[in-house]
Amino acid sequence: MNYINLFRSTLPETALEIAALLVLFVDLGFLRKAARATRIAVAAVLGIAGCLAALWAVSIAGPFSAGNDLLLSAGGSAGVAQVAVLALTALTLLLLIDSDFTRNPGEYVAVVLMAAAGGLLISAAQDLLVIFAGLELLSLSLYILTAFAKQSGKSAESAIKYYVFGAMSAAFLLFGFSYLYGLTGSTNLHEIALAAAVGRAASATPLLYIALVMVAVGLGFKVAAVPFHLWAPDTYEGAPAPAAAFIASVSKVASFALLVGIGTAFFHVFDNLHRGVLFVRFGFPTRYLGLLAPWELILTVLAVASMIFGNLAALAQSSVRRLLAYSAIAHAGYILLGLAFFSWTNVSAQAVLYYIVTHGLTTIGAFGVVGVVERAVGSDRLEAFLGLQKRNPLLAAVMLVLFLSLAGIPPLVGFWAKFNLFAAVLRTSGGALPFTLVALAVLFSAVSLYYYLQVLKRVYVMPATDESPITARPVTVAVLVLITAAVVVLGCFPALLQSWIASFYPHP
Amino acid sequence: MNAMTTGFPILTLLTVLPLIGAVIALFAGRHARAVAIITALVCLIVSLIIWTRLPADGSIGLVELHNWAPSLGVEYHLGVDGLGALMLVLSAIVTLMSIDAAHRVHHMPGLFFGLVLMLEAGLFGSFTALNFFHWFLFWELSLIPAFFLIKLWGGPRRGPAATQFLVYTMAGSVALLVSFLAVFLSTGGANAPGTMDFVELAQLASSGVLTQMVTAHLGAVMPWLAIGVLAGFAVKVPLMPFHTWLPAAYAEAPSPVTMLLTGAMSKMGVYGLLRIAIPVFGVQIAAMRTPLLVLAVITVVMGAWAAAAQKDLKRVFAYSSVNHLGYCLLAIFALAVPAPGAAAQASQAAALNGVILQMFNHGLTAATIFWFMAIIQMRSGGLRGIDDFGGLRKPAPILAGLMGIALFSSLGLPGLNSFVSEFLIFRGVFPLSWVAATISVLGLLITAAVLLTVIQKVFNGPVPEHWAKFPDLHHAEWMALAPVIILMFLVGLVPQVILGNINPTAVHLLAHWRF
Amino acid sequence: MLAWAIYISFAGALVSVLLPKDKPALARRWALAVAVAGLVIAIAGYAGGFGQGREVIVDALWVPSMGIHYMLAADGISRVLVLLTGIASVAGVLFSWNVELRTNQFFALYLALIGGVYGVFLSFDFFLLFFFYEIAIVPKYFLISIWGSTRREYGAMKLALYSFVGSAMVLIGLLAAYATAGSHSTALIDLAHAGLPVSFQMWCFPLVFVGFAILAGMWPFHTWAPTGHVAAPTAASMLLAGVVMKLGAYGCLRVAMGLFPHGLDPWGFSFIGIGSWRDVFAWLAVIGIVYGALVALAQTDFKFVIGYSSVSHMGFVLLGLMTLNQIGLDGAVLQMFSHGVIAGLLFAIVGRIVYDRTHTRQFAELETMHLSRRLPFAAWAFVVAGIASMGLPGFSGFVAELQVLVGSWRANPWWTVVAGVGIIVGVAYIWRALQKAFFTDALPTPHELESEEEHKFAPICWSEMAGVALLLASTLVVGIYPRILLDQIEPAVKALLAGGMQ
Repeated sequence: MNYINLFRSTLPETALEIAALLVLFVDLGFLRKAARATRIAVAAVLGIAGCLAALWAVSIAGPFSAGNDLLLSAGGSAGVAQVAVLALTALTLLLLIDSDFTRNPGEYVAVVLMAAAGGLLISAAQDLLVIFAGLELLSLSLYILTAFAKQSGKSAESAIKYYVFGAMSAAFLLFGFSYLYGLTGSTNLHEIALAAAVGRAASATPLLYIALVMVAVGLGFKVAAVPFHLWAPDTYEGAPAPAAAFIASVSKVASFALLVGIGTAFFHVFDNLHRGVLFVRFGFPTRYLGLLAPWELILTVLAVASMIFGNLAALAQSSVRRLLAYSAIAHAGYILLGLAFFSWTNVSAQAVLYYIVTHGLTTIGAFGVVGVVERAVGSDRLEAFLGLQKRNPLLAAVMLVLFLSLAGIPPLVGFWAKFNLFAAVLRTSGGALPFTLVALAVLFSAVSLYYYLQVLKRVYVMPATDESPITARPVTVAVLVLITAAVVVLGCFPALLQSWIASFYPHP
Repeated sequence: MNAMTTGFPILTLLTVLPLIGAVIALFAGRHARAVAIITALVCLIVSLIIWTRLPADGSIGLVELHNWAPSLGVEYHLGVDGLGALMLVLSAIVTLMSIDAAHRVHHMPGLFFGLVLMLEAGLFGSFTALNFFHWFLFWELSLIPAFFLIKLWGGPRRGPAATQFLVYTMAGSVALLVSFLAVFLSTGGANAPGTMDFVELAQLASSGVLTQMVTAHLGAVMPWLAIGVLAGFAVKVPLMPFHTWLPAAYAEAPSPVTMLLTGAMSKMGVYGLLRIAIPVFGVQIAAMRTPLLVLAVITVVMGAWAAAAQKDLKRVFAYSSVNHLGYCLLAIFALAVPAPGAAAQASQAAALNGVILQMFNHGLTAATIFWFMAIIQMRSGGLRGIDDFGGLRKPAPILAGLMGIALFSSLGLPGLNSFVSEFLIFRGVFPLSWVAATISVLGLLITAAVLLTVIQKVFNGPVPEHWAKFPDLHHAEWMALAPVIILMFLVGLVPQVILGNINPTAVHLLAHWRF
Repeated sequence: MLAWAIYISFAGALVSVLLPKDKPALARRWALAVAVAGLVIAIAGYAGGFGQGREVIVDALWVPSMGIHYMLAADGISRVLVLLTGIASVAGVLFSWNVELRTNQFFALYLALIGGVYGVFLSFDFFLLFFFYEIAIVPKYFLISIWGSTRREYGAMKLALYSFVGSAMVLIGLLAAYATAGSHSTALIDLAHAGLPVSFQMWCFPLVFVGFAILAGMWPFHTWAPTGHVAAPTAASMLLAGVVMKLGAYGCLRVAMGLFPHGLDPWGFSFIGIGSWRDVFAWLAVIGIVYGALVALAQTDFKFVIGYSSVSHMGFVLLGLMTLNQIGLDGAVLQMFSHGVIAGLLFAIVGRIVYDRTHTRQFAELETMHLSRRLPFAAWAFVVAGIASMGLPGFSGFVAELQVLVGSWRANPWWTVVAGVGIIVGVAYIWRALQKAFFTDALPTPHELESEEEHKFAPICWSEMAGVALLLASTLVVGIYPRILLDQIEPAVKALLAGGMQ
């Protein structure tokens, strides 16, 4: 154990924690009497500074191993996800500047930064314990964030729901982890995968299944995959807008990055051994490939359930936040599909990362608009958006771009993300099953257009009941325009983001 | 294929002239009639020039041939022989008469004369086309203005009359189109487009190849195709029992339009039979000669008989038109005899000459009679029952005299034009089918009786009180009518002016037909 | 150069959004200028394309990691359809001259749609083609749902969902072809040369074909078309029928048939005489022809007549495609042009010239209005357009439909026979509409005359005349001299046929 190495490895997290303490210190120490707007601004700016510092730290952080076991990886999916987590956190903090739901901005920002630190940890974690610790850090922070609008009953209610479900899923996860450890004798993902493939766990199939199902329950909860999604609509609806944006983006990115990390570990177990050689030497039955088969199966089931249920449930929503929640469930389904049919090369990992990064970005923007409208109208029902194009054309345009991107319409980035992801699935494995699943996903994304258009119809088509203009504050506008521009530009030049992601991977 | 004698495209010019006139007339407002008259006059002159430029051997001249849609193998192919040129002249004359007669059109005159000129263009186009494609274009192009002329300016029951006219003729057109499509598709090879060129088809038919081709592609449908084509033309002429649209259309159409319908458009049917049906489907028509002759005789006799039963003058003349064109059909079907001997050939030539001349004569005479109907109706306030008048000879002697001449021309008085053609027809038909000819004489007699009754009831007898001041023809009117009357006499007395050009064509046509 | 038609349209759309809201006249003129510029480019590109074969305009690697090319090119078929788009877009602007509501947004969406359409016709990369294809969907939705009439939100949503489901099928096919080919390129040429297995083509072809054919209004996936057309504002229905349906047909030809030619091979067994996808789609096309015509015959709403007639006429395009011979495919492409122009004209007359004045499209009400007298321009324009639509000689429809019929005769005479019935019914429904809407026999009562005096219709304005003249001239020129298009279509079709299809 080399603590210098550990320090270097966890420099980003450390930067965030220091920033969190600094925010608390400044806010509580100097600004208690200041105007709320000032306090919020200062807290947000400090938080953003922390994020920027962490961003810099990410670029110099290296992997960390304890003995032979890798604890924290660097570069690859971890690198991409960490940068994304920090950037998206900064964006949600920017959105905070214009909001006024809390009288304790210092605490809020500090919790956000801690959650982000948890996100950074799980993005890079390669060890069950680190994963669990990071996840808990993230989850606990999120429960607090959800409840942060103290005047709102809904906020408290949704936080409780979130917490109860979250605690239970954490229990499941821990239970699964313990089985994995018990079966393989290691907490390191690579060791587990190898043991499951060629070691002593190789014959313990049913237990391994149970363990993986338990793990999937825990992680499925984090990414809001059906049937572990129940918290999501309530939380999206009840949490204050910046918190909801954070949950919908940063937390998702980190959780999926964790899944990518797990997938990479499981699937790359044979990296050093030729797959065929392995078969010959150990004479494995073909249906059994270590963790791959059960893991694929579980993820596939989750993916299909999420796609179908998320899209269908979204059709019936009358609250835009809940609609976004169900749409996020559907998107999680697509991503899980990409994870289920994971590639031996980096293609799938990169496609998934591309998807989660752009989806996170788009979601923040969507919540930004919802937040503004909500504050002006007092509701996030579909009716609240009536005539938005007249009340604030810019917000309406942002809404248009972001929702169409979510629906996957070119030339917006959401389209590329989907295309990229589905192409990766099909390129990974031929055969009828992946094809059928992709067909299902594509068809359901056609269905999804319906509910996105339901919102856009209110914005653009139907007459306004109230035509008084809605004003958005400058920082929010700037953030939204920035996000919208990014969605369009990245959509027109998809290679930009792709090559950026690819740059985190060692060149073959 | 004839040599490409592509000199000055006078036939195209003739077709385009009325179209240009039509566009000008559309926007000319109250000057539309003047525009129309000038256009029609120019067209008449051009058609007369064409008449003088025909090849002496009766073959098709003034040919224009251009590639139009190579993938379909369609060429823009124009040309006229004596038959076509005579029809051009007739169309030009009738159109001019019609425009002259239509000086009381106050309701949308621009449109009226525009449509009339479009109709003329359709006539010119269909009489010069030698490829089914644009022939069909003009065939339809003439139909649509006719429909609207009836529909918009007709009598009280113009709506149903126009629709009936359109539906019948369209149905006939569809039959034509289907038949020709079948021929077209059959003549094409795997990658070569088929042909719809009348000249090429006639050559294929006369050598017997066409029947083989169609049979190879479609089975033994050639007779059915022939029936389809015949049906298309039979509606237009009309041949009984395809005539039921005619009385209503002729009666409801304003008289100037009726002049066009009977004077020129009905000739499109007869012309089609001679130019298209007989050359391409001669063998099949010869095989159906007897039933066709029966229909033609029925048309002749029943047309006359029906005319006798009418109370409305326009309907009287409408049915008498059916009767007169029946002679043409009679002769055409009669001359369809396979392998004729020398005597039969002479009879065929006489009959064919008669048919062509009869087309001209009937066009001229019938148009004139309907012109008089226009004049009478204008004076009677729309009344036109055969019993509504009496003794008009007294208040209106010139009218009575000139119309009398026209009526006598119609019943075939020697010295007037129709006599020559009807004589030629019967001269030809008697040796070829004496039964048909004999029964058809009945038609001649009834027609004579009908027309004499008309003269009797309208012009003779006591003058009713309210017609005592029936205005006679004024200067402009009889000066306009005079040339037509003179022409009737001219053709009646010196038929050679027309037959001189017709006879070579008739001989040429007969030499190429195969029954 | 043709690529500029795309860029100009999109740039025009962007500028149009930014134009001041309260100056509709400015937005109109701007849109007209952009559309005319597009038309000029299209004409110039067309004129320069005689004897050129396929010209590559741009070919750049767009997404290197996936082998996606930004490849714009044009062959005769593309050029004809680009020309059609140019004509339709100018006419559409002219017939939208009276749009007063949110004018700048209207034209922005309109021009964006046009840009997408240009893009599809010029794309020679499957991905790029799909990209533009999808771009065209969204503006349609908004154009219809904001500026439309009868049940516009329903019609718009139905259309958007149908289109999106269709494009989802295409996307599946695209992904599958890309993954199966393994050539690491989505350029159409590369995919076509990838040697996709026959068994793959057998199932991918119908998928992609149907995906595109939905937008081409293939029976029984046509139901979006009448409702969409009826709900759409005039310019949008002109574009829908005029060019958007052509997108589908073009995709069927260029992509489905071009990439998966073996999908048309016989299955090796036959069921009630149907032994290949070719038979299936040809019969669907034929059914569409007859069904569309028959349903059009029974409508009481003027615009529905035209809407269903589009289904019928597009059946000819699909039938022409399925003939798989030179003349039939020539006819199909020509029919795309012809129907684009004629349907545009019919929709313009019904939607703009008549409806915007009478505010009804029900025959029962139109019958009492004596429109032939009060709107003679509309009446006569409809007469000519109707004649063109019937497929009478002298207009583009005749040459096009005849070629399709001849081609289908060579493939299977029964197709021709049944489709011929459709033509006859076509004459009937146009004539019925004409009679009912314009030329009723009933004479006006004095009371009606009085009310006519009170509610005089607005006079026909120059933009309407110009639009009618443009479209009529197009169909007439092509009808009288079809070689103007055929000379470019033929070599392109020949190349396509030689490039893989039977």
